[in-house]
Amino acid sequence: MLNTTDILETIHMIREENLDIRTVTMGISLLDCVSEDIGRLETKIYDKIMKSAKDLVSVCRDLEAGYGIPIVNKRVSVTPVSLVGGAIGSDGYVRLAKTLQRAANELGINFIGGFGALVQKGMTVGAHNLIEAIPEALSTTSCVCSSVNVATTKAGINMDAVKRMGEIIKDTAYLTRDNESIGCAKLVVFANIPEDNPFMAGAMHGMGEPDTVINVGVSGPGVVAAAIQKKGMCDFGELADTIKKIAFKITRVGQLIAYEASHRLGTPYGIVDLSLAPTPAQGDSVAHILENMGLERCGTHGTTAALALLNDAVKKGGVMASSHVGGLSGAFIPVSEDAGMIEAVQCGSLSIEKLEAMTAVCSVGLDMIAVPGDTPASTISGIIADEIAIGVINNKTTAVRLIPAYGKTVGESVEFGGLLGTAPIMALNKNSSERFIARGGRIPAPIHSLRN
Amino acid sequence: MKAVVTVIGKDCVGIIAAVSAECAKFGGNIVDISQSVMREYFAMIMLVDISELSVPFSAFADTMKKLGEDKGLEIHAMHEDIFNSMHRI
Repeated sequence: MLNTTDILETIHMIREENLDIRTVTMGISLLDCVSEDIGRLETKIYDKIMKSAKDLVSVCRDLEAGYGIPIVNKRVSVTPVSLVGGAIGSDGYVRLAKTLQRAANELGINFIGGFGALVQKGMTVGAHNLIEAIPEALSTTSCVCSSVNVATTKAGINMDAVKRMGEIIKDTAYLTRDNESIGCAKLVVFANIPEDNPFMAGAMHGMGEPDTVINVGVSGPGVVAAAIQKKGMCDFGELADTIKKIAFKITRVGQLIAYEASHRLGTPYGIVDLSLAPTPAQGDSVAHILENMGLERCGTHGTTAALALLNDAVKKGGVMASSHVGGLSGAFIPVSEDAGMIEAVQCGSLSIEKLEAMTAVCSVGLDMIAVPGDTPASTISGIIADEIAIGVINNKTTAVRLIPAYGKTVGESVEFGGLLGTAPIMALNKNSSERFIARGGRIPAPIHSLRN
Repeated sequence: MKAVVTVIGKDCVGIIAAVSAECAKFGGNIVDISQSVMREYFAMIMLVDISELSVPFSAFADTMKKLGEDKGLEIHAMHEDIFNSMHRI
């Protein structure tokens, strides 16, 4: 029989330490939906999603009941819509966003991702029109998520796209001003976007993926924080080992759910994403993990080193627990979605500059950060350019999800509720980036992109 | 196929009787049973063969949960694979 201690440990992790499966995400290719007629395109996209994902929610519910572990979100990611929309106008792309919303409503899923474009080297007409449609699309839908990849290590940085995305983010904030500028929480700008990421807002179904696929994102910052606390004062080698062991256990659960979900849905299993995804709930915070390592407050000196250790140990522990690992796989540091990060910002310990440094050693980037509503678009583009440069030069994924909260300024906060949480508005450097951003063109790919 | 039924809470008369009666009602065969005290919990753990269950496992798990609520205990019925995955290579 199973060891009693092991059984109770698992139950304790789930009940007391918020261990859950953050998301089961079904990737669906829309490449076979292409049509030059917008009405026909809408019908084909809707039908394909409905047919592929019709059992997603019920299978996840059965898995929850059978294994006793919550599956917090059920999601769908699709082929970047700019690739199937072709040269339809911006209005057409707004219609497609509404089609995705309609399918999401009918399926009962939480989010649908892939309303996006890949423009690292330049924009097609379709990509341009989709990007122009983003503000209206995000303000007229509720669970459609949008991502735009503006750079890769191979291609360099498309600074025209970076400039335009600064303006698009501002427009999205304005159009959703009655609802805390929430549209911006569903829009993310990427460098080196992964093609199999199950997490929102950046999930999309890449070009090299099968027709449909199941990707799973685990969670469990609370479990890691508790394990570190239990271990007490030990040296860094032992600390890393403790994290590795617990990451292994967390990932094994993700692997089990991914395998079972793909088996029951008759869909190939893609990857398990090893990311530690926090929620605003107490005891589910990445910042608290760092604080349990010995930092008085997240954001103080030593935070980047602590995060680097955490991120690496999570990967090392997780990679052996799963047959295929992918997506973003690392610790997330979204400010509004993490109780410890919120506290650190509110008490002045965590600044946007420190967050930027932290993103160099963890997955993703400047995530769910509210900034003053009167921030110029060029400053937002400057923040994007900095963050994207970190990704391009370090050959990793980075991303920016900023909320320039309309009508609000430093000292106030925006309340999204649910998993998106609360974001205190953070101060930015007041000096202008305008003339830098106005140059346009591309920042060339770094020398180490030439690896052949 | 086996499930692990855990009962956590304060000791009282008739816990084993109530849980095993419920298992029997739905065709669950108790293969092993143990109990221990860990941290602040009293814990009883049963390994139940669920291959001949007369209802879907999710319904069985719900019934167990409800039985726990009625008696002021926490009862979970979970497929054994989650424990095997986590603790065995």
